[in-house]
Amino acid sequence: MAVISETIKDMKGYKLHIVKTEKFKTNTIVWKMKAPLTSEDVTKRALLPYVLQSSSKAYPSTSKFRSYLDELYGANLYVDVSKKGEYQVLSFSLEIANEKFLSDHDPLLKKGMQFMAEILVNPLAENEAFEKETVEKEKRTLKQRIQAVYDDKMRYSNFRLVQEMCKDEPYALHVNGEIEDIPQIDEKNLYEYYKKAFAEDELDLFIIGDVEEAEVQSIAQDLLQFDQRTPKLIEAAPRDAHVEEKTVKDHEDVKQGKLNIGYRTNVLYGDKDYYALQVFNGIFGGFSHSKLFLNVREKNSLAYYVASRLESHKGLMMVMSGIEFENFELAVKIIREQMEAMQAGDFTDQEIDQTKAVIENQMLETMDTARGMVEVLYHNVVSRQNVSLDDWLEGMSKTTKKEIVDVAKKVQLDTVYFLTGLEADK
Amino acid sequence: MEKITFEQLQEEMYYEKLNNGLDVYILPKKGFNKTYATFTTKYGSIDNHFLPPGKDEYVKVPDGIAHFLEHKLFEKEDGDVFQQFSKQGASANAFTSFTRTAYLFSSTSNVDKNLETLIDFVQEPYFTEKTVEKEKGIIGQEITMYDDNPDWRLYFGLIQNMYKNHPVSIDIAGTIESISHITKDMLYECYETFYHPSNMLFFVVGPVNPEEIMGLIKDNQGKKEYKNKPEIKRIFEEEQAGVAEKKQVLKMNVQTSKCLFGIKAADPTESGKELLKKELSINVMLDILFGKSSENYTELYGSGLIDDTFSYDYTEEQGFGFAMVGGDTNEPDELASKLEAMLMDAKAGKGLTDDNLERTKKKKIGAFLRAVNSPEYIANQFTRYAFNDMDLFDVVPVLESLKLDDLKQAANKLIAEERFTVCQVIPKDKQ
Repeated sequence: MAVISETIKDMKGYKLHIVKTEKFKTNTIVWKMKAPLTSEDVTKRALLPYVLQSSSKAYPSTSKFRSYLDELYGANLYVDVSKKGEYQVLSFSLEIANEKFLSDHDPLLKKGMQFMAEILVNPLAENEAFEKETVEKEKRTLKQRIQAVYDDKMRYSNFRLVQEMCKDEPYALHVNGEIEDIPQIDEKNLYEYYKKAFAEDELDLFIIGDVEEAEVQSIAQDLLQFDQRTPKLIEAAPRDAHVEEKTVKDHEDVKQGKLNIGYRTNVLYGDKDYYALQVFNGIFGGFSHSKLFLNVREKNSLAYYVASRLESHKGLMMVMSGIEFENFELAVKIIREQMEAMQAGDFTDQEIDQTKAVIENQMLETMDTARGMVEVLYHNVVSRQNVSLDDWLEGMSKTTKKEIVDVAKKVQLDTVYFLTGLEADK
Repeated sequence: MEKITFEQLQEEMYYEKLNNGLDVYILPKKGFNKTYATFTTKYGSIDNHFLPPGKDEYVKVPDGIAHFLEHKLFEKEDGDVFQQFSKQGASANAFTSFTRTAYLFSSTSNVDKNLETLIDFVQEPYFTEKTVEKEKGIIGQEITMYDDNPDWRLYFGLIQNMYKNHPVSIDIAGTIESISHITKDMLYECYETFYHPSNMLFFVVGPVNPEEIMGLIKDNQGKKEYKNKPEIKRIFEEEQAGVAEKKQVLKMNVQTSKCLFGIKAADPTESGKELLKKELSINVMLDILFGKSSENYTELYGSGLIDDTFSYDYTEEQGFGFAMVGGDTNEPDELASKLEAMLMDAKAGKGLTDDNLERTKKKKIGAFLRAVNSPEYIANQFTRYAFNDMDLFDVVPVLESLKLDDLKQAANKLIAEERFTVCQVIPKDKQ
């Protein structure tokens, strides 16, 4: 039996994805819109969903808008801006109670979908402009959101690594945009951008829950119709380009050093060696039985956290850790040795099996949340693949040691980034 | 084995108290892939002054020892237990709070083996001087990581403002200095005192057969010898009603300031239904006052005093409790005085209307349904509630029964100037 069953329907200007499941006591509605990441639009795009979620024509103030959500049994609405490779993706999610579990059986799914449509197509706007006050408020919040990255040193050092590593690539852009762009945005040019985004973005609607497909489709058809479009695609990054290793250090008033190392994997989601890359990452640094955890943390007590993770649509692998300033050289040395061991095939069949089992476990667990399902299914949209979860699990479990070693040999160290103290080795 | 049915939620739960005193709960979740199990002891960072079994003198242990013990239980003579779990396809973890230490795993296969591993590793301590020393480096880095985290410093700063004597004001991980005094003998002493099955709760949630799981746990426990249930004697010093400090400002390497306004709980002596009602009343009141649909939120957000990091919460356990409101702000003093004024208005009854109450109840009921989609939430919260003699599944009926008067009474009791305190983080270069 398939782990989950997704139905995809072609709608006017967008795709409708329905996953029927009785697991949850709520229904989840997620709207995603994707466009290439560009320095020109990144900040406007980061602002847009927050303006749309603060009011609408029918609910013209935040208080009216939010009161209505409370009335819908506290339907939970949130927006999110993320990077998937060199695309910037906007997500609008609404999770609403399934009335089956309420004493009051008022049908909520339809109301939830109506509300989602209200947010997307009926914003508080007049004469080709959003309401000025709302835009100004959200500009202020966006500025704080961008600044907040600096205050969380773990996120900050990861951001700095990407900035240094991908200097001349769109991927270096911060997903929330640039503070310097904010003053130029106003209620008119943002509205103009809103029109453009809904005319050109790749659009997807996901509905997860105990729903009837035909009913959902007919509601969606009534509520949401857009012009057909051909989504803009980004050319895949060149593989196996020559990489020159570099080291970058920042000095700040911090107590713990943050060591972040970026590698080019030269493998993207959908490539045939992608499964081997997953297993490779798991053995190297993905889990608490991995080489990084055992050697950096358990054997040498250098760190509390040390892990590696993949950015599958961009072909990167990032290692992150928090260490004492003076342990920089030693930690880098140990991490390099683990990579060499991977490339030399210095790992056992047992480590492979163990890692596969944990990856499978993680994937199945992800399917126990509606949000996780949407994220996994969206990989297919971004990579233009059609890999079912069962194919994915099978592909991963068939990976051989030779494939893992081959993929390890493709991985190249690009940048070592260290956020260190003000006085450290100056 | 007792079966408890929650009709409205369409859930069933199974319960049994084993001969050695262990409480076992099993909640089957059909359609889920994952089984999530927690094994929790009622022992947290506040339990630092107690009578070890068989001794006649109370001991006071170093700050951070409960958390240190949590780390050390994972290590055995033949390696660490993470390895064992991952061989069985599971991921394991643990956490220590003020009042609890929980060990857990989640997995989609080999559930029986993983359950055995979980029970056995928690019930077979293995500490040596050498491994204790090694752990000091790792936990030292954990402590340093939190030192750089402004939100954590703000949160703990606020609690330290509130409590003068109660150990809730001690950082859960301790300090690098305090953990340097921990020895293997101290760990064994804490273990012997607090890890008896009668002080513990086992919760399993997932696509499981309750009879089989209960049988497995009983067999496992039946093979182990446990002496009669010891009585745990803890000492908590007398705590004043008012806060210890009115204000604390932390200068850190940040760009945006942060401000939390706190209220120390009044009479945190209740448990069971009374505590549940009090906690829910105050949380509903805070929602009416500061939720996104409230006038206050509109005013604060509109004037740029708050952003989307703004949050509020009330929590209470034996002997301590607090309300916290705040977030990132460019005007920490202005925000603090606005919040104080808003709370004083609420004490006078402003905004507490039947319409607001009914709307907020609906919102909270929806939030509860969302929460019970999560096996983690069910297991962790059920345990927290049970340790306070409350029942997680009473939340909806108690919410439904709340009257405006309950909110007013709770507000009136809680909101008092002597229980107010403020903690702020501000950028180093600012005055």
